[in-house]
Amino acid sequence: MTERAVTDRHVAVLAGGLSHEREVSLRSGRRVSAALREAGLVVEEWDADATLVTRLVEHRPAAVVVALHGGAGENGATQSVLEMLGVPYVGADPRACRRAWDKPCAKAELAQAGYATPNWIALPHATFRDLGARAVLDALITRLGLPLMLKPDQGGSALGAHVVREPDELPAAMVGCLAYGDTVLAERFVDGVEVAITVLEESDGPRALPAVEVDPGNGVYDYTARYTAGLTTFHAPARLDPGAAAAAGELAVAAHRLLGLRDFSRTDAVITPDGVAHFLEVNVAPGLTETSLLPMAVECAKSDLGSVFAALVERAVARGAS
Amino acid sequence: MTQAQQPERAPQRSLDPHLHRYARRTAGMTASQIRALFAVASRPEVVSLAGGMPYLPALPMESLAEEVARVVDSEGLTALQYGSAQGTVELREQICEVMALEGISAHPDDVTVTVGSQMALDMVTRIFCDPDDVVLAEAPSYVGALTTFASYQAQVVHVAMDDDGLVPAALRAALGSLRAQGRTPKFLYTVPNFHNPAGVTLAVPRRAEILEICAEHDVLVIEDNPYGLLGFEGQTYPALRACDPVNVVYLGSFSKTFAPGLRVGWALAPHAVREKLVLAAESATLCPPAFTQTVVSRYLATHDWKGQIKTYREAYRERRDAMLDALEHYLPGCTWTHPAGGFYVWLTVPEGLDTKAMLPRAVTQRVAYVPGTAFYADSLGSRQMRLSFCYPTAERITEGVRRLAAVLDGETELLATFGSVGPRAVSGPQAPSPDTA
Repeated sequence: MTERAVTDRHVAVLAGGLSHEREVSLRSGRRVSAALREAGLVVEEWDADATLVTRLVEHRPAAVVVALHGGAGENGATQSVLEMLGVPYVGADPRACRRAWDKPCAKAELAQAGYATPNWIALPHATFRDLGARAVLDALITRLGLPLMLKPDQGGSALGAHVVREPDELPAAMVGCLAYGDTVLAERFVDGVEVAITVLEESDGPRALPAVEVDPGNGVYDYTARYTAGLTTFHAPARLDPGAAAAAGELAVAAHRLLGLRDFSRTDAVITPDGVAHFLEVNVAPGLTETSLLPMAVECAKSDLGSVFAALVERAVARGAS
Repeated sequence: MTQAQQPERAPQRSLDPHLHRYARRTAGMTASQIRALFAVASRPEVVSLAGGMPYLPALPMESLAEEVARVVDSEGLTALQYGSAQGTVELREQICEVMALEGISAHPDDVTVTVGSQMALDMVTRIFCDPDDVVLAEAPSYVGALTTFASYQAQVVHVAMDDDGLVPAALRAALGSLRAQGRTPKFLYTVPNFHNPAGVTLAVPRRAEILEICAEHDVLVIEDNPYGLLGFEGQTYPALRACDPVNVVYLGSFSKTFAPGLRVGWALAPHAVREKLVLAAESATLCPPAFTQTVVSRYLATHDWKGQIKTYREAYRERRDAMLDALEHYLPGCTWTHPAGGFYVWLTVPEGLDTKAMLPRAVTQRVAYVPGTAFYADSLGSRQMRLSFCYPTAERITEGVRRLAAVLDGETELLATFGSVGPRAVSGPQAPSPDTA
C-alpha cells in the first residue's frame, strides 16, 4: 500500500465526455481517481457535461486531472476553459495540446527536428471528392507504397485505424477511417517493435520511463486488442538493446519538448531492426485503464500511479492558474 | 539486433493470467469499438434510438413505493427469504391469468418463474443444445437470443421474414436443406408479435402453418412473447402455445408490461421439459428473487395492471407515429417496417451504405441506433438498423431522425467519392448493453 500523502487536496478528475472514447475515458477516470485517493487526496469524478463549468466555479478544486480522451480533452478545449476559469490543471496547455492532437502537425514538428517518422500524407475527404478518389489514391500508393496505415488525423484508441496491404483494400479503409473524422492520415506502415514511452516531468526536467513493448496476438493493436485483457502481450521494459531503448527515450523526450508539452505525455513509436525509433504520435491524455500503457510504464519504473499523479497535482497547484 | 539478448530483463506481461483457461465459448467475448460507442448514447445530448428501454415515467411511482414498503412491512420474512426454484405459487397463478389474455390455457404447475425471460431462454438453450447443434431463428433475430445461442456454441440458421413475419416456405426450405445435410434443428426460436428488431407480426393464418411444419419435422418451437400485449389498437393475437401446448415452450416477461428492473419473466413448458427447466434454474440461481416476485404479485393484485398496459400502449403509439412521420419526412430514400405494436422499427438504408461503419458518424451527430448486423449470426444486416421509439419523447424522436438523415447524407457523399466498398468487418459485440442503451 502506498504511503498516504499528508494532504487533503481536493482534486477533480474529468472523465467521460462526448467523444468516441467516452467508455475508455470513464475507465481511465475511475482508475486514476482510485489511485489519487490511495495517495491521500480527496477526489471527485466529474463528467464533462453542461454542469461542469458551474461545478468548477462553485467547488474550486485545487487542481483538475483531465482524463478525457479524444476531442475536447486532448485538443486543448477543456484546458482553455480551465484557464479561463483560473483553475490549475495537470498536463499541457491548450496550444501544446492542439499541436499534439493534430497528428500530421506533430509529425511535421518531429521530422523538421530530424527525427524519424513514417512518411505520410494527410488529406481531407473534400480532396478525394473534388480531385477524384481513384487518381488521388493511386498517387498516394505511388508516393508512400504499401502497406499503409490509415487513421483519422485526430483521435485515439486506434478507432478508425486500418492497415492496408492491397490497393483494393484502400477505398473501404478510407470510408471506415473517415467515419471518425474529416481528414485521413495515410502513413507508410513501418514494421518493427511497437513501443509506448511515457515521459514524466520532474524538478530536473522531462524523463522517459522505460518503454513498454506491445505484442498484439492478432498482429494489429486495434481497439479489441487494446481493451480485451489478455489479447495483447506487453513487455515492460521493451525487449530492446540499450541503444534502441535509449533512442526510444530520446525520441519521447524530444517530442515532449518540441511540442511544448507539460507534466506528462506518452509517445507511440516503432523501433525498426536497425535500432531507429520512428515517431507515430504523442498523447497528452493517454489511457490510464487496467490495459493501458502508461500505468505499466509507471509500475516498471518502480513507482505507482497514485504517487505519480499526486506529484503532478502538486506541480499544477504550485504552478497555479495560468 | 534490437530484440532482447537478455530476455530475463524484460518480463512478459499478459493482463489476463487466466487466458489459457477459458472455455472455447468465450471466443467472441472481446472488447468492441462498436459497443464502446454506445457509451455516449447514455448522455442526454444524444438522441438514443438504440436501446429498448420501457417508458417507466408512465408508471405510478408513488403508489408503487407504498406497495413496495408494504411488502417489506407485512411480508418481509418471506419476501426476503430463499424461495422455491420454480417461483411462488401465487405469482404462477397470476401469470396464467396474464397469459389467458392471449388465449393460453395453462396450469400454474407448468410455469417456471425466471430472472427475466432472458434467463428462461438461457435455461431452454442449456437443456436442449449441445455444441454445434442447430437452432432456427428469424432473420433478423433478437440479439439477446443470438448471444445466448453463441454462448452454448449452437449454430444459428436464419429463416426469412416478410411483413407478415416468418415465411412458411422459407422455413420449409431451411428444414429441407438441413435434412439434406443430415441435420435436425433442436428448435425454432421465434418472436411472433411486434418482433424485435423487425417490428412485424406473424400473420394469424401463418401461425397454424408454422406449427404444422415444425411438428412435421419434429422441431420444438420456442415462442418468445414480451410485446404481445402492446398492440397499439389493443389487439392481441393467439399465441402459438395456445394452439399447441405440447410442442411449444412459451417465454413471457413483465419487463415490457410492468418494469424491467424487477427482472421477472417466466417459461411455460410441458411437464417433462418444465422439470428439467426447474433443475437448470436451480443450478443457476437457486431460486428467482422472492422479493421482486412478491412485488409483482402485489402489483397485479392491487393495481390496475391492464390499465397500465393501456397507458404504455398509448405512449408507444404516439412515439411510433412520431417516428414514422419523421422517417417519411427526412428519409425518403430508405424503407422501413410499420409496427402495429411493440418498440421497434426496422430500417433499410440505400444500397452501398453500411450502418455499422457509419455508427461513429452518428455518434458525432449525437444520435444512436443499433446496426443491423447485431441481429444476425452470419454478418448479414449491414444495410439495416433497429430504431427504438419506446423511450424518447415524440419531439426527440423527430430530432433523432433528422440527425440520422444528416448521417446518411455524409455517408452517401463518402460512397459517391470512393464507390461502393461493401460491408466491413468489426469484431466483438455490436449491440448496446442494457445500461448504456
